[in-house]
Amino acid sequence: MDWTAVALTIELAAWTTAVLAACGLPLAYWLATTRRAWRPLVDAAVAVPLLLPPTVLGFYFLMSTGPESVVGRAYERLVGGTIPFSFSGVLAASVLYNLPFAVRPFAAGFAAVDARLVEAARCLGASPLRAFIRVVLPLSWPGVLTGLVLAFAHTVGEFGVVLMVGGNIPGVTRTIALAIYDDVQALDYAGANEASLLLLVFAVAVLTVTYGLQRRVVPL
Amino acid sequence: MSRLLDVDMTLEYRHGPTIECAWTDALDERDVTVLLGPSGSGKTTILRCLAGLDRPQRGHIRVGERVWLDAQRGICLTPERRDVGLLFQDYALFPHMSVERNITFGGGRLERGAVAQRLRELLRVFRLEGLEKRLPRQLSGGEQQRVALARAVFRRPEVLLLDEPLSALDAATREDLRNELRGLIRSLDIPTYVVTHDRLDALALGDRTILVADGRIIQRGTTREVFGNPGTPTAARLVGVDTVLIGRIAAVADGLATVRIGGQELKAEAPGGVGTEVALCIRAEDVMVARTVDGDMSAMNRWRGVVDYDTIEGPFVRVVLNCGFRVSALVTRDAWQRLSLEPGDPVLAIVKAASIRVLPRGSGTGDQGSRTPSPDLGSRIPDPGSSAGAGR
Repeated sequence: MDWTAVALTIELAAWTTAVLAACGLPLAYWLATTRRAWRPLVDAAVAVPLLLPPTVLGFYFLMSTGPESVVGRAYERLVGGTIPFSFSGVLAASVLYNLPFAVRPFAAGFAAVDARLVEAARCLGASPLRAFIRVVLPLSWPGVLTGLVLAFAHTVGEFGVVLMVGGNIPGVTRTIALAIYDDVQALDYAGANEASLLLLVFAVAVLTVTYGLQRRVVPL
Repeated sequence: MSRLLDVDMTLEYRHGPTIECAWTDALDERDVTVLLGPSGSGKTTILRCLAGLDRPQRGHIRVGERVWLDAQRGICLTPERRDVGLLFQDYALFPHMSVERNITFGGGRLERGAVAQRLRELLRVFRLEGLEKRLPRQLSGGEQQRVALARAVFRRPEVLLLDEPLSALDAATREDLRNELRGLIRSLDIPTYVVTHDRLDALALGDRTILVADGRIIQRGTTREVFGNPGTPTAARLVGVDTVLIGRIAAVADGLATVRIGGQELKAEAPGGVGTEVALCIRAEDVMVARTVDGDMSAMNRWRGVVDYDTIEGPFVRVVLNCGFRVSALVTRDAWQRLSLEPGDPVLAIVKAASIRVLPRGSGTGDQGSRTPSPDLGSRIPDPGSSAGAGR
């Protein structure tokens, strides 16, 4: 078993989940509560990775962050190095690609919380943040947890985007899914089998937990 | 030390009605003001604007020296920066928090001792001792209401706002709680605004009444003034004068007008000359019912008609007579039995001219209401087709 790949995969999944928690929760809350006319556009942008092949997202990501691009040049000047074929590059692409898996369950959870409870909290002196933490989150945690678990699990199994954006660099961007691909290319079926079984068991376990969570609706 | 609540605001819904209202009130600690109006009239929106949950496009709200809203200067304080307690229609208790944590939710910045003391005090006042650890869903409707009220007043708000406080309750509980609520509000010493569509709530709770219709204030004053002296037909319908008839003055003699409606002549005080359109308001308790008239009598209005139907209302019977128009009369059960009248029997409705309140019809306020009387708000004569007596 390629333990470097396993460690890297977990690291990537953990970071992706963390970033999605930081950006995805506010975005999801906005989506769940806004009445702006252009909300469907944002909804669509969040959901589009569900329909696109990862190669398309990877392609546009490469084009917009490559050394010749505005973003790529700014990154090189500020941080040094390039975005593609680096861990941060794969992380950024992974966050984008996993947006729907996190944001949609978040938003569904938030939308199920009665808006008047938030209004009641505000009238009792709570800031929007305090109302969110004390009222919205405790009532929507199954949705939030589902989103986090799905994002983590989906990143673990991600292949196309990582290959497109990260290349296949051991210890930097080679995750388990890529290692399996390499094993098969090298006719090392035993190695591929081991890693595949690991991912299969993980996926089944995660989905079981997720469906279990969804049944645990807070009794009201 | 009464401060002034000064409101003048306009809120336009993009694809809906416009709410436009202005009034000034001295915020007296003990005063309860009722905003009475039909559902959809905008009274809840007015309350939400006061709380800062809805934002009017124009106008201002000032409480004493403080400015809550000044649309021109772009000031609109968020709800948490206004000092209001709002009781939501269905209470909006936090379902995941115990009674205790619901009530103390607003105590964020207070020190722990003060929170505990205020909690004890409110548990006692609202008779919630022993329920501290319960979740809202384990409470009865009345208990939920008391928890919600305790939560709303925890921070001793400057103004208490109650949105349809009794509508979430079943009829029997409602009657009991109406009186209880008045006692509770009184004991709080916080100026209170109550929104309701039920005139009985207004009569039971309000020191002052503001009548709201179509997004506007149509009358305000002490509850006695407003109910005793509704200024427009719409106002009369809202406060529940039983029969409202609209017609034109056909003749005036000695200050007395004759109005012809449904082939009958109605006589009442003349507010204007011939041709003036008037609304005639007749309270059911002022209408006498007789089979025949023996000898002479002073009453000017004697209309022949037939009994339409009757419903029992406590010790009284509400009789609806068809005299070419419908008139509602309230008679004792005893009297009704003596008359032994059945639907369809010929009958006389007798009303003194002085008992008919005549309202000249101004610039159209409330025209539409007269043609579609809702049993809930106005003429308490229910539609013959609908279930009788549903208005109570």
